[in-house]
Amino acid sequence: MTTEHSLLVEDLTLGYQDRVVVESLALEVPPGAVTVIVGANACGKSTLLKAMSRLLSPRGGHVLLDGERVHKMPSKEVARTLGLLPQSPIAPEGIAVSDLVGRGRHPHQGMFSRWTREDDEAVAAALVATGTLELADRPVDELSGGQRQRVWIAMALAQRTDLLLLDEPTTFLDVSHQVEVLDLLTDLNRSMGTTIVMVLHDLNLAARYADHLIALADGGLHAAGTPEQVLTPETVEAVFGLRSRIITDPVSGRPLMLPIGRHHDASAD
Amino acid sequence: MSGSAIDTTRPHAAPDADVVAAVARGRRGRGRRRLVVIALLSALILGGFAVTLMFGRTFYPPADVVGVILGRDVPGATFTVGRLRLPRAVLAVVAGLCFGMAGVTFQTMLRNPLASPDIIGISAGAGAAATFAIVVLSLEGVGVSAFAIVSGLAVALLVYVLAYRNGVAGGRLVLVGIGIAAMLQSVTDHILDRAAQWDLQEALRWLTGSLNGTTWGDVVPVVIALAVLAPVLLARGGDLDALRLGDDTAAALGVRVDRTRLLLIVAAVGLIAFATAAAGPIAFVAFLSGPIAARLVGPGGSLLLPSALVGALLVLVADFAGQYLLGTRFPVGVVTGVLGAPYLVYLIVRTHRAGGSL
Repeated sequence: MTTEHSLLVEDLTLGYQDRVVVESLALEVPPGAVTVIVGANACGKSTLLKAMSRLLSPRGGHVLLDGERVHKMPSKEVARTLGLLPQSPIAPEGIAVSDLVGRGRHPHQGMFSRWTREDDEAVAAALVATGTLELADRPVDELSGGQRQRVWIAMALAQRTDLLLLDEPTTFLDVSHQVEVLDLLTDLNRSMGTTIVMVLHDLNLAARYADHLIALADGGLHAAGTPEQVLTPETVEAVFGLRSRIITDPVSGRPLMLPIGRHHDASAD
Repeated sequence: MSGSAIDTTRPHAAPDADVVAAVARGRRGRGRRRLVVIALLSALILGGFAVTLMFGRTFYPPADVVGVILGRDVPGATFTVGRLRLPRAVLAVVAGLCFGMAGVTFQTMLRNPLASPDIIGISAGAGAAATFAIVVLSLEGVGVSAFAIVSGLAVALLVYVLAYRNGVAGGRLVLVGIGIAAMLQSVTDHILDRAAQWDLQEALRWLTGSLNGTTWGDVVPVVIALAVLAPVLLARGGDLDALRLGDDTAAALGVRVDRTRLLLIVAAVGLIAFATAAAGPIAFVAFLSGPIAARLVGPGGSLLLPSALVGALLVLVADFAGQYLLGTRFPVGVVTGVLGAPYLVYLIVRTHRAGGSL
């Protein structure tokens, strides 16, 4: 089982050049839970994820991992505790699946990358867990989008971190593969206690899979809590500028958002 | 465990021993090809090295050559092999190793096969500075090397800064570098245009690269540079592999991207500049070695060593061919230039069809 880690964001201000993207943000990631961050395009979700995994230095405030400032910690030490799967990682041309997954072992290896039995075990376990074992010796370029995404998640699993951050892990996947990926991440959380933080576009999948839901608007925290607390018509209106109705999802019992557009509104007239 | 028995509910559960063994076998199999290529290239370099020592206008049997290397006095061979052929062959191998390793470092780090130091102006910077030092300042030896190295680093820094915007994208850096290279090449041309007759012979090697008249004094600094800088790059092979996944992914794997890149650049530019100061900017060796090594080794595994060996073999063979196989004597850079130019055209055409990588 993984140990519990605290991840806190205090008074965080982030930006690129003269543009401020996130301002004075404070939030807490509950340990051992699945946290989903939602918000409109360009509201700073990806930027926040990058700052939490020390890829981006904050303008102000800090990110605390177990009470320590992430940006002051040695990079490999952070990478053994906290993994990040960015939105568009690049697969080198022709690389075999298991070699790509093996790159996840980098923070556990010293210089000259000597390979140990533990490395092979971690890769094998990640391949099994993501159902990509039969693909192990195939080139990544030949895989479908869904398979490729599972391979990238396998790389993150091989890193064996207690916290895993994912930036829109379901983009470009069809609905069955989206559910498959989210189920896999939930398995990881339930069986290992891995703390998961991910950015998702689809509000309803977010509400279904989140233990803790965070809604960002204009670079600040709009609401945080259980999906039932956060996914309300008021929040949807404030965050996305969209009118909606919320019903209870008959499948999951979680809230389900139904958007109200200008057409096909049976309650109108 | 068969494919149907996927257990996604226990992500970190210890996998069956046979699964681990199969994964390890696949990894070792791909690694073996790399080792075979390294062994083969090393053997070819050794063979080529022996051939260039024995053959030439006069043939010396292996016994004479070995005698000279062991320091015995062999009439005729001591001068021809010991003073002419041996330093030349050693410089060919060492400079080739430098070019090959530095080239693939840049190409891998920037994820662009066009981003090699001889395309993006670093070799041109070292060359222009050396020409300036020889023709205008009348410097020799170490002074010329020092000038070439400082200028190579300055050009690398300039290209990096001009191409920097929220990190460095390979494509932008290549375009900036090609522009800088063209400017520096015209500086070299201008200096040579005004050079005195007796400086021309020496300065001309800076146009294409040549091993003519190599002395031990030329060779020693390159050997030292290689001995110091190659281990620095080899130690960072894992970081370099991680950088191929994108800057964000590499950072998430614990690579300090900007710092690592700076270290790699300084080490690679050092190799290029020392080799260039001794042999001139031998055309396209840095550019060709990485892609050739990648084809030979296949995907996965570090290309640093294979690419260095390809570079050494290229220079050794091209220099021998230029001297004895082509009727007239050509400097080595002309031969490698003829090999490299078509590949450059091919790459540019291909890159425009799809986003190419190494």
